[in-house]
Amino acid sequence: MDNLIEIRDLRVTFAGAIDVVNGLDLDIAPGKTLCLVGESGCGKSVTAKAILQVIDHPGRVSGGSINLRQPDGSVLDIAKTKPTSPVMQHVRGGDIAMIHQEPMSFLSPLYTIGNQISEALMLHRKVGEKAARAEGIRMLEEVGMPDPARRYDSYTFQLSGGQRQRAMIAMALINKPRLLIADEPTTALDVTTQANILDLLARLQRDTGMGVLFITHDLGVVAEIADEVAVMYLGKIVERGPVREVLEHPKHPYTRGLLASMPRLDGDFKASLQAIRGMVPPPALRPAGCPFHPRCDWARADMCGHVQVLETELGHDHMVACHAYGPQAHKFDRVDRPVAAAAAAAAVKVREESAAPLLSVRDIKKHFPIRSGFFQRQTGAVRAVDAVSLDIFPGETLGLVGESGCGKSTLGQTIVGLHRADSGSMRFAEDDRPAVDLLAARGAEARRLRTDIRMIFQDPTGSLNPRMRVRNIIGEVLQVEGQLSDAEIEARVQALLAKVGLSPDYAQRYPHAFSGGQRQRIAIARALASDPRLVIADEAVSALDVSVQTQIINMMKALQAEMGLTYLFVSHDLGVIANISDRVAVMYAGRIVELGSTEEIFRNPQHPYTEALLAAIPGRGESAGGRIRLGGHVPDVAGRIEGCAFADRCPYALEACRQVRPELKGAGGHLDACIRSEELHLRPVASNETLVPA
Amino acid sequence: MSTFDETTGQVAPAAKTHQRGRGFDGHWALVWQKFLRHRLGVAGGVVVILAYVVAAIPEFLAPVTLEAYNPAYSYAPPQTLHLGRDEGEGWQFRPHVNAYKSEIDYNSGRRTFVDDESQPVDLGLFVEGESYNLFGFIPTNRHLFGPVIEGQPFFLFGADRLGRDILSRTIYGTRISMTIGLIGVALSLVFGILIGGISGLFGGVTDNVIQRLIEFIQSVPAIPLWIGLAAAIPASVPPLQVYFLITIILSVLGWTSLARVVRGRFLAMRNEDFVKAARLDGCGPVRIIFRHMLPSFLSHIIATVSLAIPGMILAETALSYLGIGLRTPIVSWGVLLQEAQNVRTIASAPWLLLPGAAVVVAVLALNFLGDGLRDAADPYSD
Repeated sequence: MDNLIEIRDLRVTFAGAIDVVNGLDLDIAPGKTLCLVGESGCGKSVTAKAILQVIDHPGRVSGGSINLRQPDGSVLDIAKTKPTSPVMQHVRGGDIAMIHQEPMSFLSPLYTIGNQISEALMLHRKVGEKAARAEGIRMLEEVGMPDPARRYDSYTFQLSGGQRQRAMIAMALINKPRLLIADEPTTALDVTTQANILDLLARLQRDTGMGVLFITHDLGVVAEIADEVAVMYLGKIVERGPVREVLEHPKHPYTRGLLASMPRLDGDFKASLQAIRGMVPPPALRPAGCPFHPRCDWARADMCGHVQVLETELGHDHMVACHAYGPQAHKFDRVDRPVAAAAAAAAVKVREESAAPLLSVRDIKKHFPIRSGFFQRQTGAVRAVDAVSLDIFPGETLGLVGESGCGKSTLGQTIVGLHRADSGSMRFAEDDRPAVDLLAARGAEARRLRTDIRMIFQDPTGSLNPRMRVRNIIGEVLQVEGQLSDAEIEARVQALLAKVGLSPDYAQRYPHAFSGGQRQRIAIARALASDPRLVIADEAVSALDVSVQTQIINMMKALQAEMGLTYLFVSHDLGVIANISDRVAVMYAGRIVELGSTEEIFRNPQHPYTEALLAAIPGRGESAGGRIRLGGHVPDVAGRIEGCAFADRCPYALEACRQVRPELKGAGGHLDACIRSEELHLRPVASNETLVPA
Repeated sequence: MSTFDETTGQVAPAAKTHQRGRGFDGHWALVWQKFLRHRLGVAGGVVVILAYVVAAIPEFLAPVTLEAYNPAYSYAPPQTLHLGRDEGEGWQFRPHVNAYKSEIDYNSGRRTFVDDESQPVDLGLFVEGESYNLFGFIPTNRHLFGPVIEGQPFFLFGADRLGRDILSRTIYGTRISMTIGLIGVALSLVFGILIGGISGLFGGVTDNVIQRLIEFIQSVPAIPLWIGLAAAIPASVPPLQVYFLITIILSVLGWTSLARVVRGRFLAMRNEDFVKAARLDGCGPVRIIFRHMLPSFLSHIIATVSLAIPGMILAETALSYLGIGLRTPIVSWGVLLQEAQNVRTIASAPWLLLPGAAVVVAVLALNFLGDGLRDAADPYSD
């Protein structure tokens, strides 16, 4: 056995009846990174937990084998080892270590990170406290923790998200495991931090020669880090092979669908995305035959629905489990469905250049006071939005992008009226009505403006009241307005549900009966209930799985064309922004640093921050030498920042940058706030040709 | 039950005529379903319901009335219940207890009771006994159970100093003890929601002042404060008024924890996205509170209330036991326990502590019920 781990026919059963992992075969070679890809609910994390024998109650490994090759050449079948046995305890942390998505819930808040790192060391190897400390600090240095000796004695809450992730990696690697399982380790991180952590993992793997099982839903990350890819659907591997083989010549319709639903950053940004229809069914409702067939365009009624799929070897270590490549391959014509016509039509832009802006924001400031003491005196302020000006034109989509904490959500919420701006003006001008300042509007006018400017929230679970029926959630704004009768509202709710692709019967149900994607459709229906002009989408697709995300984006584009909507689309995901936006505003530390058309921002960035964001998009396939990586994080906007806020992280910063604060300026609709933008030649987004399906 | 639609890949609802089941069930239906899965909570609920039934009709359930006494049976021990006996014709089902044979030890001056098997006291259901008014207006003399021949000695829980039946008195005590908790909590709830709501809604300095006040009140030792307040009730006040004054005294401290719960939920919910969405829908503060927020934490409040009642019951018991709470002729479990104040009495007549068992059962049942309700209050977590 050459492989580090060989998993054969693994089955994990929950509550004695439901197979979440259903006959999975997987090999992990030493010194290689295997990426396990799939949407949520496919059983990726459960597989990882099965390897460590830490499956949550009531799940258990019900069949198959997990053979771990030991250093002395013997083989340990983990599936047959008792979870509480000393052998297993030695395997966990000693041979196999794991890192998670959310370090805050993995690290104890009560101990310093040094305590936790040295504890792992002292448990598995008999070393003294002093030696453990030295080793721990060395490890922190290894994972790129700034000032490791001091950070060793820090508590988790004193560290930033990226530093916590580094601390957790240090803890996992302190015992030099032979296999590292990384379960979505960068999903919760900013794109710039994600790029740094991916670099770190790649370097550590090269240096230590360990095997890595990397679980992710992001194919960009796969292209960045994987040697081999395994695509998982409903508890089984459907396609497996070397990373270039799978990404460049995807075979299984599911892999092809995942790749097609990824926003493209070469060619036409706004090309419509091909979504996989439907969603992953719960394991209890696993379809017979090929589990993917209800969502598959190639599916043939005469076999896919009832004939068990076999794995087919295609050469080059490329395996696929699909009837279209099996013995009956001649029956399939393997033609992908063309992009839906409605979505394609929506991609056509309608904005005239001469149009007056629908919304003109000028010098908007929103500072949150920091209060302390018994009488709550103000002792400082968080400058969340600091003198922002921008125009939104009727019928367009303005993308607002930036790292977390840059103030983009606050800006959106200020425009919609959830926060009251401290100063500045927001002129809202509908074509048939006189322009009004949103900040000065009162009474009936303010109520009318509320129905014109609506918002879609990020979390579709939290934004729908669990105590109200869908009908009342969507109709609330009309009910408050009080101009329609109950029957009229009912009819309108039904029409809205149909518009967002849901059955009108759903009106009588409660939100908990719906999946995340369906809930977001309900939230969109609510935003559209009052026939608004401007819709602010605050990370509206960030919480959704990639195929569902694509469905929602396509739907939002279609609705925009149909209803003449204007969007302010707030997101941290540059791929999504590129796909949906006509123009993009890049925000940093409460200010807009660059603003221009999508083409201009991605092909001709003028601000070093934009360049760094573009370089951090995973899967750009750049040569390692030429990449730009941002250290540090968004500065604390509570303190007074002199000069350019980005200067501390900027590779091009001069002394002059720290003196004066650069203003947003430029010509031809492409503005930037960098004093060196004239002289710098910044790199555009790299094309992701590795991610283009054949 | 939903099904997975193979053509669209969507999980589709069942036939639309079927308007029940997941998705159509509202919040309360889900809370109820989740509560039913909490076995201990359900058991607690059943006991609590029984306790309140007892509190409603003690006259019918108790074998004798509150005032019935017989000095001949002073400190008589509990009798053993026998299901049947053999009177020469084989064993027959005839539930009975045995009357006492009493002997007086002239050296110690103590009376001892011995079972007298020759004098069985036959028991029956719906027997005639002393007359009373059921619910205060239906005159009757039926009792659920008791000696078939009225006036025969029947002391399942034993008798006290005056020869009164402790079982009957405990049953009567249920009425006061179980209701004083309810009324006290109801008062606390009004204060708690009002003050907690103000604190959570306005925030800032108001919140700060109210929270410090709550901390101050909670830091005052409870028993001395109650003693002080109870001592201020003049002895001339009629017993019924004492009862109401005591509930007020108990809720003086009781509202603080409820106010904290209400404030906490207010603050947490104010930042929920669905409350923000309601603001964007144009709802005013009143509509937001009553239509969007209150339904969300009503179930939490109910759970907190059911956990607060046992505290009230225990407080009343403690006060009455110390002799500063309720006074005879009003009978609560605490008042009954006054009899068991000195060690020598307890040593010779331990059955005087049996009303304490009633306290334990009631408090445990209410706590289990409260636990079950608290777990069920948020049915969306799984």
